[in-house]
Amino acid sequence: MRIQRIDNQPEIISEQQENPDLSGLKPLIEKYRNKKGNLIPLLQGTQEMLGYIPEEAFKMISEGTGINLSDMYGVATFYSQFRLHPVGKNIIKVCHGTACHVQNASVITDALEETLKVCDGETTEDGLFTLESVACLGCCSLAPVMMIGDETYGKLTSKSAVKVIREIRIQEKKEQAESSIKKD
Amino acid sequence: METTKVIVGLGSCGIAAGGNKVYNKIKEMKELENIDFILDKTSCVGMCFREPLVEIIDETGAYLYGDIDEKKAIEIIDQHVQKLTPVKEYIVHSDLYETRDDNFFKGQVKIALRDCGFINPENLDEYEARNGYVALKNIAEKGISQEDIIQNVLDSGLRGRGGGGFPTGLKWRFALNSEADEKYVICNADEGDPGAFMDRSLLEGDPHAVIEGMIIAAFAIGATGGVIYCRAEYPLAIDRLNIALEQARKAGYLGSDILGITGFNLDIYVKEGAGAFVCGEETALMASVEGKRGMPNKRPPFPAEAGLWGKPTNINNVETFANIPWIIVNGPDAYAAYGTEKSKGTKVFALTGKIKNGGLVEVPMGITIREVIFNLGGGIQDDKRFKAVQLGGPSGGCIPEHLIDTPIDYDSVNATGAIMGSGGMVVMDETTCMVDMARFFLDFTQKESCGKCTFCRIGTKRMLEILTRICNAEGEEGDIEKLEELAYHIKDASLCGLGQTAPNPVLTTIRYFRDEYEAHIRDKKCPAKSCKKLLTYEVIPEMCTGCTVCAKNCPVDTIRGARKELHFIEQDKCTHCGVCFSKCKFDAIRVY
Repeated sequence: MRIQRIDNQPEIISEQQENPDLSGLKPLIEKYRNKKGNLIPLLQGTQEMLGYIPEEAFKMISEGTGINLSDMYGVATFYSQFRLHPVGKNIIKVCHGTACHVQNASVITDALEETLKVCDGETTEDGLFTLESVACLGCCSLAPVMMIGDETYGKLTSKSAVKVIREIRIQEKKEQAESSIKKD
Repeated sequence: METTKVIVGLGSCGIAAGGNKVYNKIKEMKELENIDFILDKTSCVGMCFREPLVEIIDETGAYLYGDIDEKKAIEIIDQHVQKLTPVKEYIVHSDLYETRDDNFFKGQVKIALRDCGFINPENLDEYEARNGYVALKNIAEKGISQEDIIQNVLDSGLRGRGGGGFPTGLKWRFALNSEADEKYVICNADEGDPGAFMDRSLLEGDPHAVIEGMIIAAFAIGATGGVIYCRAEYPLAIDRLNIALEQARKAGYLGSDILGITGFNLDIYVKEGAGAFVCGEETALMASVEGKRGMPNKRPPFPAEAGLWGKPTNINNVETFANIPWIIVNGPDAYAAYGTEKSKGTKVFALTGKIKNGGLVEVPMGITIREVIFNLGGGIQDDKRFKAVQLGGPSGGCIPEHLIDTPIDYDSVNATGAIMGSGGMVVMDETTCMVDMARFFLDFTQKESCGKCTFCRIGTKRMLEILTRICNAEGEEGDIEKLEELAYHIKDASLCGLGQTAPNPVLTTIRYFRDEYEAHIRDKKCPAKSCKKLLTYEVIPEMCTGCTVCAKNCPVDTIRGARKELHFIEQDKCTHCGVCFSKCKFDAIRVY
């Protein structure tokens, strides 16, 4: 339901998806085993670790806890928080709550779609950004608002929203360059 | 001489507006220049329209500075803290001066928000210094009985602040009367209404008030466990709650034999929601806590009889709990002194939309909508014309201009077709299209419908299709009647509040703005000039200079005309995107 996630998966991301690192799951399963109401925290923990919930993780949790795969899939697809496919490094959540809607939030999404060359719900080819629309971020008086990571940006215009993206891109490039120098 | 205090507002809004940068700048100055003052943080002050806010308290009084950036921060530290001369032009509120924003505070009565903006929410001492945990201590020391607490809450007239409006004391009595080995108390912090942020501000600004309210409720009904169900979209609120819970455990407000009351054992934990609006409904919320799909269940049995894990459970909203300690300390009569006959006390509203002073306000029940919007809120942005106010989010309705003097209490608001709701108040001006607004809310409820009831699942979808058609210039005669018919069926045949109230935004807009619907359907025109497909763009011959900017920018190449000659738009190819209108420097494009 809710956010329509379109299955466009750039190659970079598909590669990651083939070999997700599931080693961190074991302690998580240990922590929640035999606790009632554990399914949602297990899924949330997995997603926090990997950014999404891969098929292998479902199987591992099911074997570790005895929860039916069908129950897990039912819950994972009911809540908008859970993703079954990998996402970009930075998730851009553009708020489309009432206050943002009244203050023309669609202009922000339009501008970002044009800049990133993706549609709502898609991930950019370089795997850096995923663009999403969300219901309400609760910062209504700063409408229109978007959230990237834990950072919230308010009183946006299409120009300022695009500027934020550009700055993150520059920062990411710098970090990439630095890490490649270190490797050399 | 007392040391000067500098307090930076760091709620989510404040941080989003750049509060952290200001905080860090002041911290850097303090350390580099070794200036003597105390730097602290607080949460939402309510004046979201002036964020980031910095308050300076010196021996002469308190001064609240608004719209502060790093540069202004340096100036006020330099001038006010060092040279003791307040920078008057940035002050937005102070007891010592009259300021331009004074009206925002006039008429407010802060009970639930009593500490928000006054304390550092991560510091238990500051909460305790403002009567914090006094209510709980009174109960322990004076041996106030469960029945007496419930009677106090009943006498205060407090009704559920999440939107239901059910008397809180009555709910507690049902839970007390249900016998069981285990009982639960749940705080509903799944604030999903788009356009509402009262609970977030409260949890970020005064988490202990909510926790204390929950502990008192737990004692009153005999609960053994507590859960705060909070939206995952509120990371700061969750952090601060967890800090506060840990402090409460260490201080002995949670644990075994709390404050020496033998047999009163309680712990509370935070449960993060996973993003489903329907989980704001009690039975769906409990299903979600149990780790299931958040789908509502039939009542009875009511949660007070068989709730979480099949045990008696009491669920209240964040704001309801925050009121409880105040009522216990000050007595029910003090609370009931505010408000109207049937709606007592105060209510917190999140004032947003096309309003000048958007923010968080707490007002006594019975105040009129006009007073809130025009006195506290300062009126409409850019002095446009007020059109309607949306109360109650997707479950509520739009109240039009001629009903603006409606007093805000449960019954008067219900009579307009809207509901009190949890406190979202979204103001709309002449440029907001009411059909588009109805479409927006239906789009939301349709996506959030859990799918259990056929009428809600399919009915909202059909209504959304009709509304989308109307906004896309494809409306047909009879659409309004079809919408009404579907709306009544959905209201009648849905199990939970989501379905029962989902058609409200459509019904109220049809009731008060039928002419707008008709203009969309019959004349294919949007009076608010908001629905793009219904707009016509035309070049005004007298104004056009033939600069070619519009033609160059038109994405579908539909503007003709040579340089320095009159341009014109080929209407059949026009996609109504509005680029020509926004690019023209000579106001030569007309929209109608």
